[in-house]
Order: sequence, then C-alpha cells, then structure tokens
Amino acid sequence: MKPEDELSGEDAGAIDIAFSGRLGTFDLDIAFRAPGKGVTALFGPSGCGKTSVLRSVAGLQRLAGHCRLGASIWQDETRYLPTHRRPIGYVFQEASLFPHLSVRGNLLFASKGKAPREGEALRRFEEAVELLGLTALLSRAPDTLSGGERQRVAIGRALLSDPRLLLMDEPLSALDKETREDILPYLERLHETLAIPVLYVTHDMAEVERLADHLVLLEKGRVRASGPLSALQADPDLPIARSRDAAVSLAGIVCGFDADYGLMELDVAGACFILPDPKGHDLADPVRIRVAAGDVSLCREVPGATSILNILPVTIVMARAINEREMLVQLALGHGDEKARLLSRLTRKSWDNLDLTEGGPCYAQIKSAALARQ
Amino acid sequence: MVPFTDEIGMAIRLTIELAALTTIILLVLGTPLAWWLARSKARWKEVIAAIVALPIVLPPTVLGFYLLVALGPDGLGGVLSAFGGARTLAFTFEGLVIGSVIYSLPFVVQPIRNAFEAMGERPMEVAATLRASPMEAFWRVAIPLARPGFLTGAVLGFAHTVGEFGVVLMIGGNIPGETKVLSVAIYDFVETLRWREANILAAGMVVFAFLVILAMMLLERRMRQVAP
Repeated sequence: MKPEDELSGEDAGAIDIAFSGRLGTFDLDIAFRAPGKGVTALFGPSGCGKTSVLRSVAGLQRLAGHCRLGASIWQDETRYLPTHRRPIGYVFQEASLFPHLSVRGNLLFASKGKAPREGEALRRFEEAVELLGLTALLSRAPDTLSGGERQRVAIGRALLSDPRLLLMDEPLSALDKETREDILPYLERLHETLAIPVLYVTHDMAEVERLADHLVLLEKGRVRASGPLSALQADPDLPIARSRDAAVSLAGIVCGFDADYGLMELDVAGACFILPDPKGHDLADPVRIRVAAGDVSLCREVPGATSILNILPVTIVMARAINEREMLVQLALGHGDEKARLLSRLTRKSWDNLDLTEGGPCYAQIKSAALARQ
Repeated sequence: MVPFTDEIGMAIRLTIELAALTTIILLVLGTPLAWWLARSKARWKEVIAAIVALPIVLPPTVLGFYLLVALGPDGLGGVLSAFGGARTLAFTFEGLVIGSVIYSLPFVVQPIRNAFEAMGERPMEVAATLRASPMEAFWRVAIPLARPGFLTGAVLGFAHTVGEFGVVLMIGGNIPGETKVLSVAIYDFVETLRWREANILAAGMVVFAFLVILAMMLLERRMRQVAP
C-alpha cells in the first residue's frame, strides 16, 4: 500500500512534508512526499486536518516538523521561514480579494502594484489574465464581481506572485454547484499549462477525479495512503474504491473520430475507448475520462450483438468481496509497462457464474454513454 | 456681521492649532496602540485598554488636577521643561497639547481599533502569501482597510479637543494667545457679562458641532456601503 516508487530520488522539485501536533480534539501526525509537478490532492472529510497541513506549508500556522520543496528547506528543527519569504501562491476558500483595490490592483499586489511594462512579466500577466478569462474585469471593484469571478481573480493573483508551489484550500467549496462547474474548466486548463506543483485540498471526490495526478488520503490527522491517483482509486482495500460512486480517472490522447455519430476515439495506455465528443476536440488533445466501477461489466468472450461500444481485453489483477453480495475487481488494461487500472463492481453471483480467477484474462464492457462528460 | 475682536480671533486660532496638533499626535501614537489592542493575544491588554478609556468616564477636573501635578515644577513636566529653560509645562501651550492628547486618546484609539478588528486576520494572511512583509502589509492593506476608522477617529479627536474645558481650565488657565481656547473664552465672556461675544462663539460652536456630527453620519453611511 505504498505505491511511491515513482517518487524515489531524482525528482528535484519534490515536496517533502512532515507535521505533527495537537489540533483541537485529535493529534495530527502527517508525513508524505509529493511529486514536483502536477496536482497533488489532499483528500479527506472535514476536520481531518488537511487545511492545517496546507496552512503549515504556507507558514500561516506552526506545527512541529519539516517542510521542504526540492532543495530549499522552509521548516526544520533549526529553521522557520515566515510566510512572506516562502515562494508560494495561496488560494483561500473564500477569494479574500482586497476590497480597496481593483481587480488589476489585486492581481498586481505581489509586484507592488506596478503594472508590468515589458518582457517576461508582461507576458506572464497577459497569459494569466487570458487563461482565467479576466480581461473584461480588470478595472472592476471586487464587490461588483460574482463569486466565481472573484475566485478566478484570487487564483490569478496567486499565480502572478511567481510561486514555486501553488497551495489551494478548497477553492470551489464556497461556490454553488453551477459556479463550480464554470470554474472547473479553468482549473483543468491551469492543470495542463502549469509548470509548478500544486497542493490541492478538497473533500469533493469529483474535483480529485478531474484535477489530481497524485493523491494523499487523510483520515483523522493521519495519512491513510499516498500515491498516484489511479493507483489509489483502483486499490480495492481503500475506502474510496469501496464507496458506491468509486471510479478511476484515465488520461488519454484523442486518436480518431467518428464524425457521423459525434464520437471520438481515445488512446488510453494503448487501449482504445470510444465516447461522445460534445466539445469538438482536436486530434492529439489530452482528455481525462472518469470510469465508474459500476459502469464496468465483465464477460469471458467478446459478446455478439450488443449496444456497448467499448469491449476491451483486460487482465484481472485482484478481486475482493466488499460484502456478501458484491465484489470489487481490479483490472489491468492495455499493453506495455504503463498499464492502466480499472475497477469493476459486480455481484458475487456474476463473479461465481463467470468462473473468473485472479491473473486470468477477460473482457471489460463500458457503455460509451456512461463516459460522456457533462 | 459682528467684527471679530482680536480676543475672539486669537481664541479661535489657538483652538484650531491645539486641536490639529493634538489630532496629528494622536493618529501617530494611537495607530500602533490600536493595532496592538486589536491583535495582541496578551491577557492584560484589556487593562491597557481600560486605562486608555479612562478619560471617557473620569471628570475632566480630576484628570486636570493630576496633569497639573505631573506637569508642574515638581513633576515630570518640570524636568522636561528644564531642557527649554522653563520651570513648568503647566500654563503653557505645550502643556495643553499633552493634556489634550491624554484626554482625547480613547476617542481616536477606539474607532481605529474597531476598524482593525473588523478587518480580521485574513487580509494580512493574504498579503503575507503575496510576499508582503508584516510592515509592508500593514501599510498596503491594514491602513487602507481601516480608513473609515481613521476618519472617524480623527474627526472625533479633533472635535473632542475643541470642546474640552475642564482639563484646559485646570492646566492651562486663561492666558490669551497662549492657553485661552474657545471654551474658556466663552466662560470668560459670560463671567465678565460680555454676552454678545459669548453668543458669537457659542453659536459658532453649535454650527461646528452640527457639521461634525453630520460629517460623521455621512461617513458612517459610506462605511456601511464599502463594507462587503
């Protein structure tokens, strides 16, 4: 249960964190490493200590322990950098914009309010404004913005402080569901373009599925598991895999289209998925799909006439009974070393009827319509 | 229009000078004090807050009496004034300024402290995550956000100093051009049965007080609009 092999040694920008201390009614004792690139989600129920960990990384709260980003040490036994000396960007749950400054003033706060004139600074400013769709808002006052707009400004403000690590504390949880759906695409774009690592605190699995690459599962002040997102999602021994809405996130590349039906083909670890393409993607676009365990069924042979478009050869990695009625089966998909993992939830009766065994081959069936993104 | 006699003009000028100087000193001294009262977690900070607030409930003559002792030749004032070759700070303009600063302190500190407290911790945290040192965050975030508190404090401090009587009478006396401020002048005019002059000053004070209160109310309304 420690799939951290990919983190060993050579990741120069890796985040290395260990904190312990008393927090209200429980003891916090957390240590994990996260890669120096991509989004690491700190996931857990409310009150499990995830926000405290993030605040400690920022130096806004002091817990005993250490905090390192690559070779730079922000906290250890002898050192403690104050917040303003740490190269971070922090997005709070509430946008917390400065009400006495315009959107532009907020965005430029870290550069002392001076507008960028040329070169790198100007390019970065324009890039951030463009990426987050803030062009039309620049001269507005914060109290005239909607909740979603405010949070986008807050993200831009954090990015423009030129951070080496972006910390996001449930940036969507103060927003209503509709606004959240409006902002998620911005975050997904950010995820694709950002060169620095992100620590993303959330209690919403849907955000993890869409944004995270790496996952740290927290429970009552302890790290339950930590590793690449797909590995943890597909681990039948973890509660996220056993939950009713368990799913795995798969990263794929658009490799073909069926224009007549508005479908696209997605290459995932060498296997080909067919799914609806409502957004009109281009060839070679990276696309992330969510495959729910409940949408994957198994069969021994390729069935005849069926409505299901995705019938993929897989290997059964392991199977676990989650109760007397249901089984959770982990499947390996594709060829080569980079096999993707799938989860299938089925009844014990089906499992027995099919007479399947761990290590054996079978076919996974996934309805294309179930892969369609809202 | 009744022409301003020299006496009236002098009293008005002196009062404005005293109130303006007092307000400036109070803003300089009161701001760090208000910040400390708003932010400190020390348990005894309410003791300091109570001492600061004392002039609100203390009879001005009591305050004036102790100031007189303190500023006089045998008190701290005697020591301080010796540097300037004088014997005492009592019955001088400087003495009046010191008295006014103490007397009006709570009226300036309280609104600023309230404004700092209403702001909460978050803006300073945000500023720190954006590389602002505590001092820089104070100037670029705390001061602008507490602006309504500063305006209220300045107006109250100024008006309160203009209206002070008991303390001035105790420590300043009645020296024209030196310590004879408006409120003392009115008292003096009445004592000497110069009702016309007393009336001019008194009516002027009524107008002044009205303008101050009106300004305060308008300010407060704007404050409410600015607050999120």
